[in-house]
Amino acid sequence: MALTDQARAPAPQPGSGFGVFSRVPGAWWATGFILLLMPLVAGNFWLFQVFGWSFCLGIIALSLMFLAGYGGMVSLVQMTVAVLAGYVVAILGNSGVEQISVGLSWWLYVPLAILIATGFATLVGALAVRTEGIYTIMITLAIASAFFYFTRQNYGIFNGYSGFNLVVPPRLFGVDWRQPTAFYYLSLGGAAVCYAAVVYVSRSPFGLALQGVRDNPRRMASLGFNVTAHRIAAYAFAGVVAAIGGILLVWQTSQVAPYSGGIAAVIDILIIAVVGGIRRPIGAFVGAFIFVLLSTFSPDVLSAFGLSNERFKLVIGVGFLVVVFFSPDGALGLWERWRARRRSAVDPLTGKAVAGGGP
Amino acid sequence: MSAAAGGISAADRLGSVTTGSALELRGVTKLFGALAAISDVTMTVAPGERRAVLGSNGAGKTTLFNCVTGDFLPTSGAIRLFGEDVTRFPAHERIRRGLRRTYQISLLFGGLSVADNVYLACRGVNRNRFSLLRPRPSDPLLTRAEELIEAVHLTQARARLVSELSYGQQRQLEIALALAGAPRLILFDEPAAGLSPTERAELVAILGNLPPHVGFIIIEHDMDVALRVATKVTMLHNGRVFKEGTPAEIEDDPEVQELYLGDGTHGHG
Ligand SMILES: Nc1ncnc2c1ncn2[C@@H]1O[C@H](COP(=O)(O)OP(=O)(O)O)[C@@H](O)[C@H]1O
Ligand SMILES: [Mg+2]
Repeated sequence: MALTDQARAPAPQPGSGFGVFSRVPGAWWATGFILLLMPLVAGNFWLFQVFGWSFCLGIIALSLMFLAGYGGMVSLVQMTVAVLAGYVVAILGNSGVEQISVGLSWWLYVPLAILIATGFATLVGALAVRTEGIYTIMITLAIASAFFYFTRQNYGIFNGYSGFNLVVPPRLFGVDWRQPTAFYYLSLGGAAVCYAAVVYVSRSPFGLALQGVRDNPRRMASLGFNVTAHRIAAYAFAGVVAAIGGILLVWQTSQVAPYSGGIAAVIDILIIAVVGGIRRPIGAFVGAFIFVLLSTFSPDVLSAFGLSNERFKLVIGVGFLVVVFFSPDGALGLWERWRARRRSAVDPLTGKAVAGGGP
Repeated sequence: MSAAAGGISAADRLGSVTTGSALELRGVTKLFGALAAISDVTMTVAPGERRAVLGSNGAGKTTLFNCVTGDFLPTSGAIRLFGEDVTRFPAHERIRRGLRRTYQISLLFGGLSVADNVYLACRGVNRNRFSLLRPRPSDPLLTRAEELIEAVHLTQARARLVSELSYGQQRQLEIALALAGAPRLILFDEPAAGLSPTERAELVAILGNLPPHVGFIIIEHDMDVALRVATKVTMLHNGRVFKEGTPAEIEDDPEVQELYLGDGTHGHG
């Protein structure tokens, strides 16, 4: 319930701006508390490799969730936008490829990375919004592949096949932000800001209108909305989110190369968003966490069974199938149904199963 | 738009103030393949006028509305709205000029609450459609939305998801969406279809309570409703204007009686 209430409870009052804190359910406080104190109990591997990576992927998946869940547009270009932001950071900032990297300071290259990636996302949006459904998927996938091949062949700017390594966060306030605990907090902060922004915007006029466009574009036009402009603006907003995720991701992996935005990586983001539950922002992070756990630990489990640890993609693929088959609303949907069943067992009078996050 | 064209339309707008037409159709034709859903429709609706459009199923009534609102572009002909040539305008530009419509088959936002649906309608014809800031509780549009919800008797259901509403409630919400902002001309596409007699009476009351400067065109099979709320009637037949006159004239017209009223088996669509 705690997870669904966030999406549904404010619905009656589009105007409620204050009293935010009193409306946040207890489970959220608990989650926030646990996440903040995590470094006290978790080791470096967990902080950096599991949580840090989950937050980065979660932010990128969140940008897809925003487009797909609120706008009804399944864009496969979000990872590409993120990777472009990562490239800009490597090219304009510092990397191991000194003949290309410009070495600007972070307060220049971070905003520029967001700006350029968002510009690219907006451009893609302008191309993609005239299509619907499967065609949107196809055109964004085509753009993602084009970007992949372009970066692989372009040596002057993107350094071709090998890309950039040693891309690390700046030293700020005397903190090495790539140190596990510091990066944990950095990526947690980024995730929290993006999450809060998406939740907030979903109830703003722009966010509501986007959901209107998703449900019924023709009616939106006959209410006076410019549907095309709204869709493009959604790509731009999602582009900002994806760019933030991409910058954190390039700092986490310390490298960016064509395969960072390859077809496999692009599809991973879709899988993450769908597995977590594409209708609510938190689903992106749930999905990312599941994905990271599977890809981190299933190789060990698989090799214990004498299988090649390359097969972990198979595990993820089967998991994807199971989720799509049993719960179109992702892991969150499963969780809700379980809660609903438990509640109905407790109270048969009000045992009506709670619906998911809307249709 | 070129300067010359701009000048002409400005002049025409002035002209329209004197002639005072809210809607003017000149030879509007819409082809679907070889089928002429409407052909050569010419009609004028004055500001504040209440017009009923009658015609059997497939006569082209809904298509006529779609051409006026810009849901479809007409194949040929010209449409002027409050004196301005809007023939090639996208739907949202026409709506921003004071046109509204309801749909024969409800087109609502099933994933949003009633209050959100009406708020969106109010927002669509106002500024800051792209605002990323949530509306403040004092936002006049929120107050306006609440008034509209009350006007169509949906206050009880204001927080419910639209997909959970009954059919009748969805029809009422359709009307609320069309009343948002400052409408000058509203197109109602069979608003009474499927409503109970009580709901019909409510609908007639809502239409009767519209301010006098708000004109509307209503497509309605129920002659009781249509003739009670309209001051003028246009009959369509096979996509053409067949008769035009006052309700009394139309009711007494022998041709109309034969075609539409007489047999009593006219379809409800
Ligand atoms: N989108 C469309 N595509 C093809 N034919 C259509 C379309 N809309 C309406 N028609 C056809 O145009 C004619 C008029 O339809 P319509 O305007 O809906 O009639 P009415 O509303 O008077 O019942 C019908 O023959 C209908 O089949
Ligand atoms: Mg019709």
